[in-house]
Amino acid sequence: METTTLYAEATGLLSQTWMLVGLPLFGAALLLLLGRRADRWGHWLGCATVGATFVLGLSMFFALAGLENKSVQRSLWDFIAVGDLKVDFGLLYDPLAAVFVLLITGVGFLIHVYAVGYMAHDPGRRRFFAYFNLFVAAMLLLVLGNNFVMLYFGWEGVGLASYLLISFWYTKPAAATAGKKAFLMNRVGDAGFAVAIFLMLATLGTTQYDKVFANVGALAGGTVLAMGLLLLLGACGKSGQFPLQAWLPDAMEGPTPVSALIHAATMVTAGVYLIARSNPIFSANETLQLIVVLVGAVTLLMGCVIGSAKDGIKRVLAWSTVSQIGYMFVGVGLGGAAYALAIVHLLAHGFFKANMFLGAGSVMHGMDDEEDIRRYGGLARHMKVTWITFATGWLAILGLFPFSGFFSKEPIIVAAYTGHGWRPWVIGTATLLGAGLTAFYMTRLFVLTFHGPARWKEGTHPHESPKIMTIPLVLLSIGSVAAGGLMASSVPQWLEPTLGRHEEGHAVLGHWTLTILATLVTLLGAGLAWALFRNGTATQEQPAGPLVTAARKNLYTDAFNEVVFEKPGVFLTRALVWLDNRGIDGVVNGLAAAVGGGSGRLRRLQNGFVRSYATSMLTGALLVVGAFLAIQMGWLS
Amino acid sequence: MTLQLPPIAYGAIAPLLVMFGAACLGVLVEAFVPRRLRYAFQLMLAMGSLLAALVLIVVRSQGADYAVVTAGRALSIDGPTLFLQGGIVVLGMVALLLISERSLETGGPFVAQAAVTAGSDIDRRQAAHAAGGTEVYPLVSFAIFGMAMFVAANDLLTMFIALEVFSLPLYLLCALARRRRLLSQEAAVKYFLLGAYASAFFLFGMALVYGFVGSAGTDGSVGVTFAEINAAALSPTRGTGLLYAGLAMIAVGLLFKAAAAPFHVWTPDVYQGAPTPVTAFMAACTKVAAFGALLRVFHAGFSANSWEYRPVLGGIAVLTMLVGAILAVTQTDIKRLLAYSSIANAGYLLVGVLAFNKSGLASTMFYVVAYGFSVLAAFAVVSIVRDGDGEATHLSRWAGLGKRSPGYAAVFTFLLLAFAGLPLTSGFTAKFAVFGAAVEGDQAWLVVAGVVTSMVLAFPYLRVVVLMWLSEPGEQTPSVSIPGLATSMALAVGVLATALLGVAPQPVLDLTDTAAQFLR
Repeated sequence: METTTLYAEATGLLSQTWMLVGLPLFGAALLLLLGRRADRWGHWLGCATVGATFVLGLSMFFALAGLENKSVQRSLWDFIAVGDLKVDFGLLYDPLAAVFVLLITGVGFLIHVYAVGYMAHDPGRRRFFAYFNLFVAAMLLLVLGNNFVMLYFGWEGVGLASYLLISFWYTKPAAATAGKKAFLMNRVGDAGFAVAIFLMLATLGTTQYDKVFANVGALAGGTVLAMGLLLLLGACGKSGQFPLQAWLPDAMEGPTPVSALIHAATMVTAGVYLIARSNPIFSANETLQLIVVLVGAVTLLMGCVIGSAKDGIKRVLAWSTVSQIGYMFVGVGLGGAAYALAIVHLLAHGFFKANMFLGAGSVMHGMDDEEDIRRYGGLARHMKVTWITFATGWLAILGLFPFSGFFSKEPIIVAAYTGHGWRPWVIGTATLLGAGLTAFYMTRLFVLTFHGPARWKEGTHPHESPKIMTIPLVLLSIGSVAAGGLMASSVPQWLEPTLGRHEEGHAVLGHWTLTILATLVTLLGAGLAWALFRNGTATQEQPAGPLVTAARKNLYTDAFNEVVFEKPGVFLTRALVWLDNRGIDGVVNGLAAAVGGGSGRLRRLQNGFVRSYATSMLTGALLVVGAFLAIQMGWLS
Repeated sequence: MTLQLPPIAYGAIAPLLVMFGAACLGVLVEAFVPRRLRYAFQLMLAMGSLLAALVLIVVRSQGADYAVVTAGRALSIDGPTLFLQGGIVVLGMVALLLISERSLETGGPFVAQAAVTAGSDIDRRQAAHAAGGTEVYPLVSFAIFGMAMFVAANDLLTMFIALEVFSLPLYLLCALARRRRLLSQEAAVKYFLLGAYASAFFLFGMALVYGFVGSAGTDGSVGVTFAEINAAALSPTRGTGLLYAGLAMIAVGLLFKAAAAPFHVWTPDVYQGAPTPVTAFMAACTKVAAFGALLRVFHAGFSANSWEYRPVLGGIAVLTMLVGAILAVTQTDIKRLLAYSSIANAGYLLVGVLAFNKSGLASTMFYVVAYGFSVLAAFAVVSIVRDGDGEATHLSRWAGLGKRSPGYAAVFTFLLLAFAGLPLTSGFTAKFAVFGAAVEGDQAWLVVAGVVTSMVLAFPYLRVVVLMWLSEPGEQTPSVSIPGLATSMALAVGVLATALLGVAPQPVLDLTDTAAQFLR
């Protein structure tokens, strides 16, 4: 598939794409540099920069829509220029980037506004908004870069912002540890991504998207496979996919708006963006695509199972995020028309998951920061707005008609049933099963929180959150209801210039059959949960069978990590320290002692007497003259 | 017999004339201007003449065909000459700032009457009260003039005369320290004796080379120029024994000035005994002059046989680096430590010289000037760390300085890191340039020696850093005196140049690259 990308000229508004990154970056810099002086109004500045970026992004979106070639590329300056290696600081604004810009700034703006209320009593609110703006800037750079190095730059930037925000309450040991865990696990993925970039430079000599994609077909199959697997490793790290999923649920130690924006709506979907953006690389190798699909399928089931056994409201949502991104990975792994489906699901998920996270924050706000859903119950009467908005998010993730999940998830299930041999049956069934499990754990969460008998701790007086928090909730819930339906056919069409036009394949089961099947499975899961939990649950952990115990322990993945990586790692460190102390230090210390001793002996020659000095000069001169004459005689050549 | 005066390009030698005139005028000022006005007069005269010379050099270098051989082919004003003269003049001005500092100590760092018996009552009185002698300024002016002529000399005789013109004032300057008079006088005598000894080698070598060339003036010159030497070496008419023995002796004379092993022995004693501003002046300007001359002699005069004698000089370079690095390890006096560091740096500079290519010439010129700025700043810091008895140069006294005076300790740390060759300092750029040139010239073994000794040399530098920052200040730790305007300016220029040539060296690298073309 050889395509040449046609670019429109970067004129007028579209020549100013740098402003999209620049505005929030400016906000972050100002807030960090001004320090306490900005404490009183800093949060409004933080909202304003993101709001302005959203307006800018929206006008650029319409400007781009009016163009024939829907792609604008602009090189700002030479970022790296060493010998043959040349990397531009270049931006690319195309349909894919445009929808991401809208998601990041639109949802980001609402969450910023919400955070003004949520963080009202926190002494570090200005610092929080500085990091938040920094995150938005880095995320925009990630989606707007025109080469993989820019993407990596933004990638690391969002990683940094995420680290700073997870451990925002750094005095809390759990938060500090979670920050470190996220950082370390991301390093594993980032190392893979970095090596992928080196591989590109070594084989293609460039990292610019259009040049890489135009030449990837000429590479050997093994090289493409390696490049793709390394990119996938990076994507898995950032998006919390198997086997690098463990950090994402822990990341919920950060403030709730962080979980909503970074660890649900935007940053964790960067892996999906990376694969969708590199679609020519992934489409070039079928093995690679299969691996992506399998990673997605495993993760989506794992997230569902673990999510069903968790009791913290944010933990359940976090595992749900892991699982939903699994769906997106299945989508981008299937390739062809499914790339666009994954993006649609990503956008729809951004709305309803942000909605539910903020709803969870609102619940916690009214319940004295209690996170345990076993300690909730009957909150529907006390928090009407939160209840209704959360309900829309719940229905959306379930995928019931006409809520947005129906239009975004169901097509992925249909796509998973497309193909030949065993693949559609295994993968399709996994996605179908996932839909049922999703319905089960989300309904459990919803019922235990808002319905049934109250199981509150003593002295808790639940109350609705202030307007500044509920208004973003309402807006996001409108998105949860409508986004899917609106985007289902328009977005794939809009993305055609980036992702290509593809014919839909033929599913092994009929379209209608699958729709009915999915709805049935969903209703079954939801009904089961309703029946089990409508009368509340025990407030303490109960003994359980092997499956539930395993799910509570994250399916032993943490134990696996400990045995396979941590223990040998600690052993390796100790062995290296031992080797360093005994072997290397011994050699180095010996050398140092030799130099010191030599120095002490040589020093005695410097005795301060002119006669000795003159003698040494004479000896030196004789040697030099002797050597020169020896050369002249031909003795030394 | 009538003497036919050769035509002289006055425009080209105007900087030299200005400096020479100002130096002579300085002697007259000493004789006729009242004592209390002399300091201001002398300082302005010296500074003004250097500034004028610098302007003339810059203007000259902007011309289209600035390169010319003039004065009976005795002087060659070409790219390297102008660059090195500019370097000497700028570094000389910075050194002059240090020399003129009078706020650190009553009357400045120099003694009023150097001839008074050291340790006598009169000597103690004048050390405590009398203002320093102002003969220093004409002496420095003569020295700078001599150095500027040294790098321009196009024949060996002119070179020898210039060598003596700048050496004699330096011997005297070494003896003028206000404190520790005996050490200062001892340093001057040692420097003089060994300097005379080295000059004798140079002179004898010159005679042998003249004997080899046989005839003078074939190209319209007065003396035996490098062009004639080069031509004779290419098609020898007599035995080349004279040529090789002569070149060896000339090399000995020049390597002495450059402080290369085994002709370095004077360096630590003289650096320690001389007044610190004079040490700074020698470490910066003499180095530039010596390497300017070495480059011209080897690249312009004796390049025909370079591949034959290069291994011998390579051995000297390696020995110099080793001696400088290893001996620096056990030094306990900061001035001696910097002296050994200066010896090791002579080794690195030789690596650049021995590349025997255009980039070797360019990188050596860059290195020597960049090093000059760093070493001036380092000695400026040494001159302000002091107590009631003058400068506190013993290293044990510097313990905990970082806690007493974090600002100056930070500056000194930066300079030490520059000497150690860390990136973002001029030390890194300069070493990188000379090593790169040496690799290009197939002298990888010298680069290996350079890198290994750099590692050894990092130890003494870092030891001082550790001492300053990680030791607790003791009773003996002196405080840093507030430097006067002059020292502050010198320090600022040195540190800024070190940082700038590390961060954005390209303009100066380009300049040395375009200048790197000898005219013989």
